[in-house]
Amino acid sequence: MSSNSASLVSLQKSVKQLRKEAGFRRIKVSQAAEDLKKFCLDNAQKDPLLMGVPSSDNPFRPPKSCALL
Amino acid sequence: MASQEESSQPSDTLTTLKTESETLKTKLEEERAKLHDVELHQVAEKIEALGQFVIKTRRTLKGHGNKVLCMDWCKDKRRIVSSSQDGKVIVWDAFTTNKEHAVTMPCTWVMACAYAPSGCAVACGGLDNKCSVYPLSLDKNENLAAKKKSVAMHTNYLSACCFTNSDMQILTSSGDGTCALWDVESGQMLQSFHGHAADVLCLDLAPSETGNTFVSGGCDKKACVWDMRTGQCIQSFETHESDINSVRYYPSGDAFASGSDDATCRLYDLRADREVAIYSKESIIFGASSVDFSFSGRLLFGGYNDYTINVWDVLKGTRMSILFGHENRVSTLRVSPDGTAFCSGSWDNTLRIWA
Repeated sequence: MSSNSASLVSLQKSVKQLRKEAGFRRIKVSQAAEDLKKFCLDNAQKDPLLMGVPSSDNPFRPPKSCALL
Repeated sequence: MASQEESSQPSDTLTTLKTESETLKTKLEEERAKLHDVELHQVAEKIEALGQFVIKTRRTLKGHGNKVLCMDWCKDKRRIVSSSQDGKVIVWDAFTTNKEHAVTMPCTWVMACAYAPSGCAVACGGLDNKCSVYPLSLDKNENLAAKKKSVAMHTNYLSACCFTNSDMQILTSSGDGTCALWDVESGQMLQSFHGHAADVLCLDLAPSETGNTFVSGGCDKKACVWDMRTGQCIQSFETHESDINSVRYYPSGDAFASGSDDATCRLYDLRADREVAIYSKESIIFGASSVDFSFSGRLLFGGYNDYTINVWDVLKGTRMSILFGHENRVSTLRVSPDGTAFCSGSWDNTLRIWA
């Protein structure tokens, strides 16, 4: 008996959630993809792992030469 | 015909609901499919291919006595906090590889750790079912454990934690199937998030410009996007074939990536409300444990259980590189706040900084 009502409550919640998700306003994948692409390209120059940063500017890369004083 | 619906047979209502559930699920898929007019990689065809680039291990952080389970960067882009199976939480200076702080937790398997935005505290937890905050003292001799503050209490293990935009609130996910938002000062639960049908393994907060949402992934193969204010699940995605170990927002906040035991990583666009890319290869058969994007979102780094890190071209869907170095599973991976490097942690007890 109680397992039935537990399943019932769970299903009711699930159906309520599904109804909500059905009302979601979606855009076309082509539009979404264009925006993702634009973001990547607009920010590419500022992406150190993508562009490769000269050793002197990257704190983790060893500098090319050591000055001996 | 029947007058009181509440007094009808439970089995009738159960059946009606089940049918409605199936119908709604089918309708959801149909609606999503209608807008599926192109593949992401098709849109990316005309973009120049990425050239060869060299990413290597630049630092190895040694000091944990057992598997590294989690790590997080400090906003200063040089400090890192990491946690391990042996109960130790260590704060490192990644430039010098020096250990700055070490705390021994009262439990083993510290599966989650996070750096506070101010850089003045760290949060961690695991098999103790709690999330505790340790203020970091400038005095290296001070016993950090003395100032520990217990914040979150779950009824099963803590799988992930993350501060929100301030040191004052923490978001947690747990093996008890829920996520929760806590006030650090009082330890009060501000909001709880119910909807996963099994352990929640990971979470990520949306970039601050995008508003108050976060994404979670779990053993129920679902990724859910939540409204932090109302506790409601806004969207959910169920295309993975196994546990989702890691979720991470795309830098614009319009999408997120996931890594799963089904050996794939996937990209979900929030406005199209669907999966838009799968990053997989027949030769990759081990689970992806953790994922993160490079600064521009063009690269997706995935740490895998076969000890490697795969670097994916997010737009074209192709693999750019495989990074070898770890001698056991890669369990955690995060790109530094300014994108100059990323850090990986492994069951080989070490962390590596790659740049």
